Amino acid sequence: MLDPLVIGGITLSSRLFIGTGKYSRNTLIPEVVSASGSQVITVALRRVDPESQDNIISHIPSHMTLLPNTSGARTAEEAVRIARLARAAGLGNWVKIEVINDQKYLLPDNLETIRATEILAAEGFVVLPYMSPDLSAALRMQAAGAAAIMPLGSPIGSNRGLRTTELLRILISEVDLPVIVDAGIGRPSEAAEAMELGASAVLLNTAIATARDPLLMAAAFREAVAAGRKAYLAGLGPVEETAVASSPLTGFLK
Amino acid sequence: MNLIINGKPGVVAEECRTVADLLSRPEWSFRLVIVERNGEIVSKEHYGSEILCEGDRLELVHFVGGG
Repeated sequence: MLDPLVIGGITLSSRLFIGTGKYSRNTLIPEVVSASGSQVITVALRRVDPESQDNIISHIPSHMTLLPNTSGARTAEEAVRIARLARAAGLGNWVKIEVINDQKYLLPDNLETIRATEILAAEGFVVLPYMSPDLSAALRMQAAGAAAIMPLGSPIGSNRGLRTTELLRILISEVDLPVIVDAGIGRPSEAAEAMELGASAVLLNTAIATARDPLLMAAAFREAVAAGRKAYLAGLGPVEETAVASSPLTGFLK
Repeated sequence: MNLIINGKPGVVAEECRTVADLLSRPEWSFRLVIVERNGEIVSKEHYGSEILCEGDRLELVHFVGGG
């Protein structure tokens, strides 16, 4: 059992947040929820396509905390509009702010994200901004009322892993909010590394959804996140330049 | 009655008077649909009392898979 994480008044025993995109079939989602042990799950908001029979909500177990994202927003105002629409669904007041103007790397616009955080936190949302790992932006999000910050490890969906480790380390040290590493994590070892570093949680979608066996991968990430958290709590041993013998240095039969 | 639904012009029968009537049509009824009418969110408890008017611009959105 891991130490709990409290966000927006909700106590979470799982530190693995998952997404609902890119699954080969949406009926996998409840199985992935179960295998991952996750309690927070992201969704997006789009116009209804009358031709499609898609109804993602029907696949999400009711005990999950829903984390709608504002994907598609290019400005703070668009993110605010999407967040308000999502809240009107009546399934909670959490929102992952995602404001993106860069279509190649999908890197977030921190300035617009800060503005959206200010507006939505003032309206009582539990705001989790997806951000580029920058300390001054993170501190402004904290001052604006964010419930956590979600810096990226590498570009969304890239499975490139943790490429921002030094910056994440600084955020974890300096920001008094949970730091949830979101985007880019491709392997369980990378999720474990983020947790060893002191991240409060990780958010994954692609790494599980595009695995050959998403259920087994969800289970692998569950164990990796738990292992990384335990290692962080245990305190990693010191790193030395040279060998430090673990056995007595006296000769065997001397 | 002529409406603009998700940016596309559409005609609905005259007996389709409220947002609730519109959402009872088979293409919407099985989903959790959130409605914006002329730029304002319609709260769910008002679906039955929100009267549609000629030329209304409606956005019907719902949750989809995303990360």
